[in-house]
Amino acid sequence: MSAPLTTIRPTASALDGDARANRISARDVTVHYGPKQAIFDVSMEIPERSVTAFIGPSGCGKSTFLRCFNRMNDTIEGCRVGGTITIDGEDIHDPALDVVELRARVGMVFQKPNPFPKSIYDNIAYGPRIHGLVRGKAETDALVESALQKAGLWKEVADRLDAPGTGLSGGQQQRLCIARAIATGPEVILMDEPCSALDPIATAVVEDLIHELKEQYTIVIVTHSMQQAARVSQKTAFFHLGKLIEYGETEQIFVNPREKQTEAYITGRIG
Amino acid sequence: MTAIDTAPAGSAADENARRRAQIRRSLTRRNRAETRFRLLGLGSALAAMAFVAVLFGNILSHGLPAFWQYTLDAEVTFDAAVIRVPERPVQGADQSDAEFRAAMLSWQRRLAMVNWNRLIVASVQAAAPGQQIDDRAAVSVIDSGVRFVLRDMVADNPALIGQTVPVRMLLSADGDNWAKGRISRDLPDARQQLSRPARDWIDSLMAQGTVHRAFAWHIFTNVDSRTSPASAGLAGAFVGSLYMMIVVILLAVPIGVASAIYLEEFAPRNRATDLIEVNINNLAAVPSIVFGLLGAAVFINIFHLPFSAPLVGGLVLTLMTLPTIIIATRSSLRAVPPSLRQAALGLGASRTQMVFHHVLPVTFPGILTASILGVAQALGETAPLLLIGMNAFVANIPATPMEQSAALPVQIYLWQGNENRNFFEPRTFAAIIVLLGLMILLNALAIWLRGRLERKA
Ligand SMILES: Nc1ncnc2c1ncn2[C@@H]1O[C@H](COP(=O)(O)OP(=O)(O)O)[C@@H](O)[C@H]1O
Ligand SMILES: [Mg+2]
Repeated sequence: MSAPLTTIRPTASALDGDARANRISARDVTVHYGPKQAIFDVSMEIPERSVTAFIGPSGCGKSTFLRCFNRMNDTIEGCRVGGTITIDGEDIHDPALDVVELRARVGMVFQKPNPFPKSIYDNIAYGPRIHGLVRGKAETDALVESALQKAGLWKEVADRLDAPGTGLSGGQQQRLCIARAIATGPEVILMDEPCSALDPIATAVVEDLIHELKEQYTIVIVTHSMQQAARVSQKTAFFHLGKLIEYGETEQIFVNPREKQTEAYITGRIG
Repeated sequence: MTAIDTAPAGSAADENARRRAQIRRSLTRRNRAETRFRLLGLGSALAAMAFVAVLFGNILSHGLPAFWQYTLDAEVTFDAAVIRVPERPVQGADQSDAEFRAAMLSWQRRLAMVNWNRLIVASVQAAAPGQQIDDRAAVSVIDSGVRFVLRDMVADNPALIGQTVPVRMLLSADGDNWAKGRISRDLPDARQQLSRPARDWIDSLMAQGTVHRAFAWHIFTNVDSRTSPASAGLAGAFVGSLYMMIVVILLAVPIGVASAIYLEEFAPRNRATDLIEVNINNLAAVPSIVFGLLGAAVFINIFHLPFSAPLVGGLVLTLMTLPTIIIATRSSLRAVPPSLRQAALGLGASRTQMVFHHVLPVTFPGILTASILGVAQALGETAPLLLIGMNAFVANIPATPMEQSAALPVQIYLWQGNENRNFFEPRTFAAIIVLLGLMILLNALAIWLRGRLERKA
């Protein structure tokens, strides 16, 4: 895969990325799966209201590291996370913090669209309902509409909110999942290769959506496509074999990588 | 491959031709193997079908005739000279309920002492005026249960006394055997169950059409009987089995499903849960008779529950069914795609919410099917019931699960062992048909529900 560097389109926010406050901060994070270490002492600061991309060859630990931010690794048998992660200065491993609350604040979109086998409406309304964010039908209706609006799906599904979410096309399903994550009012949205199961047109739609959402949300996206990282992100982190090799402005990473391994990867020599 | 590698360079066309020939040769081999395997598979499937067909054909051909029994359409004269009982008591204004009940009871006792056989003999003799049939022979051709039928008719309607009404009477087991040709006509008199006049009487009335086959509804409405085998039925065994099914459904299904959910979704993976898992798998392989022993030891000896009671039977069958339901439920929980769990957890659902809002709804059809099949399996189980005394002869319909009762599979076993082979062999098959019918009904229900629920999901 040789990276067509010419496709990089620097965005305004990429330039003023440093001006934003850091929302997420990771210090010396390690992750083990049983005896096997998957993440080695990774530290990074992720700025708010921007898109941060994780790239790197398959199996380098991008997903594993992403899952640290909403403690989804807790749900994996034998997985242990070390180090410190704070969101807005709050330690997410603080025993006083309920993981349910954390996951309401840090939404997640998965690689394969995974809508619930329920109606479109119920897919969106589920999160707000279990968190007690809505009372009554009018409030729920309004929230469902606004989440679908933000995910750019409202026009397409407004007349069939009772249809099953699993009946939508792949791209629509993934936007439904994004809307579902948005509905609980998160501050951070984690996306693990959200476009890998989509065709190029659906991918472009989702990328545009990510572009809009970053005005309001802090987005961390794992992608195996360097073009995608270049298109949507302001900051990029390059991982290799569980280590963070290089982290910086997306433009700098792609145009002027400081590390040899990064350069080798983006020019297609590893990965 | 080596042939290709060592081929002289340059002759590319040659090489291609050779390669194609090689592929064709291996293709012939593969096709032959495939044909062989298909024929083998087809043969096995046909053999299996043939076994099933033979089994069902055998059961049906033996059992179906038992559902029609020979009956006599006769006139019965409720002779006042024979039925010498006072008027049926009516409750007087000055009579208390207890007094009235006592009077009624003594009247019924008087009624029970009437020699009903006199009426039967009279009507049997009247049915074939040309035939000489002595009293003993006349009694022997009619089922002894008919006495009680006549008594109940009078008890319900005392106005019958003195009247002559048509009554359909069941032939005795021996009479039915003779009419159906299940006893060789060549046997000497000494080895015949019925005397010659009795046999002649049946033959002549059959020719006349007064003795004919009728559908034996009493198989479904009567309880088992030793004295009047022709009118013995499955009602007691059916209700006993029904009680046991209810106990199994109320206990095994919720406990099994709940423990499967706990083990699969909540239990930590450690030595203790591994041990439990191994034990459950082993329990599923324990022969059912062992559960019977366990039930006798625990429920009867320790908890002093009654012998032969459907409650105990149900508890034993619950123990036996639990592992089946747990294992099937766990495997259907395991089949839920991880992406669904991730979606729920990722939104901040707790584990319990994930299980109850998302996992269970999609596994419900599977759990339901597993439960129904488990219950159906329990319905047919016999061995453990023998060990808790359910093979006792019980001639009443249990009013509660604590009362003594028969059970369908045990009834089959008991009938199968009855000395009147000629009559009870078809009877046994008839009971098997009823049991199999229930099983097929339960399985069909499982399939139907599964299809319905899955279409909805
Ligand atoms: N559930 C798991 N159990 C054990 N090992 C895992 C698990 N998930 C991932 N790993 C291992 O952790 C490493 C990183 O995996 P992952 O984070 O999925 O990589 P990426 O997303 O970059 O492709 C890989 O070596 C993988 O084999
Ligand atoms: Mg991954």
